[in-house]
Amino acid sequence: MSETRYTKDHEYIRVEGDVGIVGITDFAQGQLGDVVFVELPQAGKVVAKGAEAAVVESVKAASEVYAPVSGEVVDVNGAIEGQPGLVNEDPAGKGWFLKIKIKDKAELSELMDEAAYQAFVSSCS
Amino acid sequence: MRYLPLSETDRSGMLARMGVTHVDELFADVPAHLLLKDPLDLPRRKGELDVARQLGRLAARNVPASSVPFFVGAGAYKHHVPATVDHLVQRSEFLTSYTPYQPEISQGTLQYLFEFQTQVALLTGMDVANASMYDGSTGTAEAVLMAHRVTRRKKAVLSGGLHPHYAEVVRTQSQLAGDDVVTLDADVRASEDILSQIDATTSCVVVQTPDFFGNPRDLTEIAEKCHANGALLIAVFTEVVSLAALKSPGAMGADIVVGEGQSIGNALNFGGPYVGLFATRTKYVRQMPGRLCGETLDAEGRRGFVLTLSTREQHIRRDKATSNICTNSGLCALAFTIHMTLLGEAGLKRLARINHANAVQLSGLLAGVKGVEVLNQSFFNEFTIRVPGKAADVVEKLAAKSVLGGVPVSRLLSGKGVDDLIIVANTEVNTDEDRATFVAALKEVL
Amino acid sequence: MLNNQGRPTTPKDSAVASHATFTRNRGLQMEEALLFEIGRTDVTGVDLDEPAAFVSRLGNLARDEEIGLPGLSEPETMRHFVRLSQKNYAIDSGLYPLGSCTMKHNPRLNESMARLPGFSDIHPLQPQSTVQGALTLIEELAGWLMTLTNMDAVAMSPKAGAHGEYCGMAAIKAAIEAKGEGALRKVVLVPESAHGTNPATAAAIGFEVRSVPAGEDGNVHPDAVRTLMGPDVAAIMLTNPNTCGLFERQIVEIANILHEGGGYFYCDGANFNAIVGKVRPGDLGIDAMHINLHKTFSTPHGGGGPGAGPVVLSSRLAPFAPVPFIKRDGDKLALVEDAIGTQVLGRLTAFHGQMGMFVRALSYILSHGSDGLKQASEDAVLNANYVRARLADLMSLPFGNRPCMHEVLFDDTWLKDTGVTTLDFAKAMIDEGYHPMTMYFPLVVHGAMLIEPTESESLASLELFIMTLRDLAMSALRGEKTRFEGAPFYAPRRRLDETRAARAPVLRWTPPQPITDAQQAAE
Repeated sequence: MSETRYTKDHEYIRVEGDVGIVGITDFAQGQLGDVVFVELPQAGKVVAKGAEAAVVESVKAASEVYAPVSGEVVDVNGAIEGQPGLVNEDPAGKGWFLKIKIKDKAELSELMDEAAYQAFVSSCS
Repeated sequence: MRYLPLSETDRSGMLARMGVTHVDELFADVPAHLLLKDPLDLPRRKGELDVARQLGRLAARNVPASSVPFFVGAGAYKHHVPATVDHLVQRSEFLTSYTPYQPEISQGTLQYLFEFQTQVALLTGMDVANASMYDGSTGTAEAVLMAHRVTRRKKAVLSGGLHPHYAEVVRTQSQLAGDDVVTLDADVRASEDILSQIDATTSCVVVQTPDFFGNPRDLTEIAEKCHANGALLIAVFTEVVSLAALKSPGAMGADIVVGEGQSIGNALNFGGPYVGLFATRTKYVRQMPGRLCGETLDAEGRRGFVLTLSTREQHIRRDKATSNICTNSGLCALAFTIHMTLLGEAGLKRLARINHANAVQLSGLLAGVKGVEVLNQSFFNEFTIRVPGKAADVVEKLAAKSVLGGVPVSRLLSGKGVDDLIIVANTEVNTDEDRATFVAALKEVL
Repeated sequence: MLNNQGRPTTPKDSAVASHATFTRNRGLQMEEALLFEIGRTDVTGVDLDEPAAFVSRLGNLARDEEIGLPGLSEPETMRHFVRLSQKNYAIDSGLYPLGSCTMKHNPRLNESMARLPGFSDIHPLQPQSTVQGALTLIEELAGWLMTLTNMDAVAMSPKAGAHGEYCGMAAIKAAIEAKGEGALRKVVLVPESAHGTNPATAAAIGFEVRSVPAGEDGNVHPDAVRTLMGPDVAAIMLTNPNTCGLFERQIVEIANILHEGGGYFYCDGANFNAIVGKVRPGDLGIDAMHINLHKTFSTPHGGGGPGAGPVVLSSRLAPFAPVPFIKRDGDKLALVEDAIGTQVLGRLTAFHGQMGMFVRALSYILSHGSDGLKQASEDAVLNANYVRARLADLMSLPFGNRPCMHEVLFDDTWLKDTGVTTLDFAKAMIDEGYHPMTMYFPLVVHGAMLIEPTESESLASLELFIMTLRDLAMSALRGEKTRFEGAPFYAPRRRLDETRAARAPVLRWTPPQPITDAQQAAE
């Protein structure tokens, strides 16, 4: 049973055991426009919560993707490097960015749940 | 006033329509005590005739290159630009158009930029080129910044053969950014040991070829040592015609090639506007500064061109941009493209042969002047001579005899035993008569 | 004799053509291939004689291989580039309402003057005794710029506006370091509405950027600045008039806050065209301001450059200007090219600066004179306000219907629920024969549309522009989306796929590869 949490910068983290799958939300990809390029970190990189973990670029915008929690990057999604459009097509599925081995699960409680995030998005638009 | 279409009737009518009595009401946000009531105490408007007279008088007080035997180079070169070039760059749609941000109505600009980028990539022997920089010197500084980004190091090593102005620009920028620079001593004979300066802290090595003193440099070994240490080789040129005669920097292993394109299509213009050429390998393209034109399709499937990879640029990345650059050197790049089109490979190579042949001839004549030593083993269209006494005085005396006989190195470098050196350039514009006059005048002043 | 050469002289057929042409040309609107598709490496449009035999002195570095550069004869070259030119919009073709770009008329006298051999055919390093006229010209232009701005010095060498910003901010950094405060003052205040070059420049010089929020009235407020001011602040970078087209009414107070706090005031002079001869930036308290000669002083935009960005400086910053600069010694002028032993910050470019643009700018300035320059600013502001007044009932003004300067800013509130975006609206302007206005800048309003007509537009031209925008606006409000969504329909190209261009960049021509047997079998 996996749980998904959201940040105010529109990243999601889907927790599966000790590992969180991180990407950007559907709202974020819509705001960005067609994704043309992503810059992913190396596997093994240690990130602090809120630190820059990746970069996502569209034609007209560039955004940092911040780590929702602290931990170690254990895997990155090479597929989106070759096919950045996957981030637009399937942001929660095939368009994932990286997997973090979560250092401290307590950090997850600081993030928004599904309902809170939807409310947040309504206030953004 | 001939450039202002509104008449007094127009103005008062427009103001009335807006319910405004006096145009100064539209300037109400300006602090009232600072709003100027009268025109500033400066000359009043002039018609074309008066302006032309006034500027013509100033122009007449300069000695144009075409009017005398002319052998001045050292970073800018006198070449013949075909009449076609100047006619085409003055077409309204090129001269008075804006940056091609609306590609549907800018395909003229975008297509020539695509052609320009291809020409520059081919000349330099590299994969991709941008749509031009302001000039060779600022391009070199940008190349150093790019190398720092790619290698995540901050120490640049500058060859002693790099144009002194270019080196100064890099040093100024590095000082402001807190980066390190090592500049080797002025290297007249191309004998410096630059390899020993390259180690694991080096971000980039910047070598000019042909160098400031005219020596063509083999970059192969330098490239190898750079790559073995994770550093980038930046090759610089100031005379783009040399690329038709000499092995390309790309073929010798350069990672970035940057230089001055003024020789093709652009007049001397007392130092500007010029056009910087910038090329690199495909793997570094996202770190490249400046504008880039790319090919794509329109909604009807027709081939078209757009500015692309803009997310590197200031208007999007703002404080994270690859550089703060906003403009390229558009019209100068167009002039380059047109002139290069007229020349073609066959013409360009022949032009290079003429340049070299003329320089070879001149070097032989100068070597025959008592007291003069030609210092270069090899050169393209420019070389360095040593003269008795102070070079700067010799050049002034030649000028008094209406011969512009080169640049005293001391104009750009101080001390360090360069006071008796003159850099002499010889292009296709110089005739046998010019060379004979130069040699005769030199004999007289020495 | 009966004349049997008659043929019809009135049109018979009024049907609209819908067939494709063989060439894909449509009358005068022509398709043009790439140089690399029509030229050949053995063709040249220049006559050069092969030199007599000579001994090569190239060492062992001769280039043997083919470069791959195609050539064309002169007639083919003419045709190729003339056809390309016909695909471009230009100031000479029509109104260019680009806010903050100042697309005014480019006088042709400027071009003649710049081409005088005494200006164009002189080398930057020929003896200074042979270029006194050129140095005098630069000195004269510098004098005008200092007088128009009431500033003490001007650095002439920056090659573009952004380069000028770099120069001005670098001088500020040098001044701060000379006071021993370099480690302390590391922050630069930049409004949210600033042009992207401002934060990019500050960052390039090693400053940290702190954002100043815009006030609800579109101006920067002294209180907002006061809150952010501190001993760690080196400078503020303000554009005046600002990027919303408004004069910063409290600019003097803001300058005082910075100065009292030990900081400097950098002014982005991109919008100088609104105030030349009306108010002097020096009187407002600035320490440095770059001037875009290609905006305010009519040097041509040339499809993207070259520009020129001289920077006026206060007496406090003058010692930190870069080399070279001109020094007068009696009736002789000399370039100071050596920074050794001075506080000068160094050199920002090879040689001396954009002489070609100096000639053009001085030609413009002399033509206008102080009275003409003042009139030009008044006309620029009048034209922009006229556009504002005549569109205010249809299009939304984010800061209310108050007088603007030389440009007027609309946002996209008025397009809400129409399904038409700022982008679509702009593209539909192309079909009407207008270059779009500046879109989506400044970032502080949603869907920004920034219109700057300049003083070069006649009333008739303005009226047609206004009526066209009214027609488009009413069409959008009526929900006639098809006019907008697919626009432009009539330009040489329809909308282009920028995603494709960025995902798989093709940045040069490469020779097409012969199709392999495997590829052929697969088809």
